[in-house]
Amino acid sequence: MAKIVVDVMLKPEILDPQGNAVASALPRLGFTFATSVRQGKRFEIEVEGNPTPAQLAEVEKAAEVLLSNPVIENYVVRVEQ
Amino acid sequence: MRVGVITFPGTLDDRDAARAVNVGGAEAVALWHADADLKNVDAVILPGGFSYGDYLRCGAISRFAPVMNLVIEAAGKGMPVLGICNGFQVLCESHLLPGALTRNSDLHFLCRDQEIEITNTTTAWTSSYSAGEKIVIPLKNGEGSFQCDDETLAQLEGEGRVIARYVGENPNGSRNLIAGISNARGNVVGLMPHPEHAIDTLTGPSAQGLGFFTSILNAMVK
Repeated sequence: MAKIVVDVMLKPEILDPQGNAVASALPRLGFTFATSVRQGKRFEIEVEGNPTPAQLAEVEKAAEVLLSNPVIENYVVRVEQ
Repeated sequence: MRVGVITFPGTLDDRDAARAVNVGGAEAVALWHADADLKNVDAVILPGGFSYGDYLRCGAISRFAPVMNLVIEAAGKGMPVLGICNGFQVLCESHLLPGALTRNSDLHFLCRDQEIEITNTTTAWTSSYSAGEKIVIPLKNGEGSFQCDDETLAQLEGEGRVIARYVGENPNGSRNLIAGISNARGNVVGLMPHPEHAIDTLTGPSAQGLGFFTSILNAMVK
C-alpha cells in the first residue's frame, strides 16, 4: 500500500515560536549542532494501490484548501512506497 | 433586530456573546454550526472558544461547517459579521478577512485585561466609539499573533482597516500591534480580545466592551 505524504511548513518569513523553543532547548541538553529549527506538520494519507495522477491532484487540492493555510504555510506532496 | 450567535463544537463564549447582544439592545438568536439556516438574523457573531478542538489550525475545520457557507454568502452581501478570538480565526480561514492568527510569540496562553485603542469608528461594529478611544477588555488566547505579508499590511493600514491596536507592550507579536481588522466594506470585523466579557463591571474589568454590541444597532438604523 502506498502512502501519500503531505509536509506542511510555516513560510520562512513567518515567526515560528515553537521551532525557536526547540532550538533553545537543544543546547541545554548538550546538542550544539543546530543553528535554527523550524517545526511543521506531516500528514500520512493511505490509498488503495499506487496513487493515480488524478488522486495526487486531489491531494494537492486538499493540501491547498484544508491541510495548509496558504497565507502562512507552504506544503509539499510526495509518495512513499 | 436579530443578531445570530453561532455555536460550534468547542465554542466557549456563546453565552456571554448572546448576553452582550441582549444587554446592547438587540435580540440574540442561537445558531448551530450544523444548520444550514441563519434564521432571518440581521447580523452574526462568531464567538470565542476552541471550535473543533483547534485541530489542524484554529478555525480551519469550522470554516467548512454548513452554517459558514451561509455566513460567507451573507457577508458578501453586506451583512455585519463580528468574529471574536476564535471567531476572528474562523473569519481569516474563511478568507472573509486577510492574514492569519499564529502562536503567541512567547508561546504562552495569555489571559489578562488588555488596553486597546479603537482606531476605526466607521465599521458596523465600532461606530459607538470615538476615534482614539482606549478601552480595557479581556485578552485570552494562545494563538493571537496577527500575521500577513507586507503588501496586505500596507493595504490594511492604507485603507484604515485596522480597527483596534494593543496599547503598550506587544502582547503576542502581532504585526503593527493589530488587535482587530475589518474587510474593505467595514461589515466584517475580527477582534482578538473579548468585548463580550466586558459589559458589566460585576464580572469584567469594565463595561467598555458594550460599544461593539450597540454599534450594530446604529448600523441597522442607517
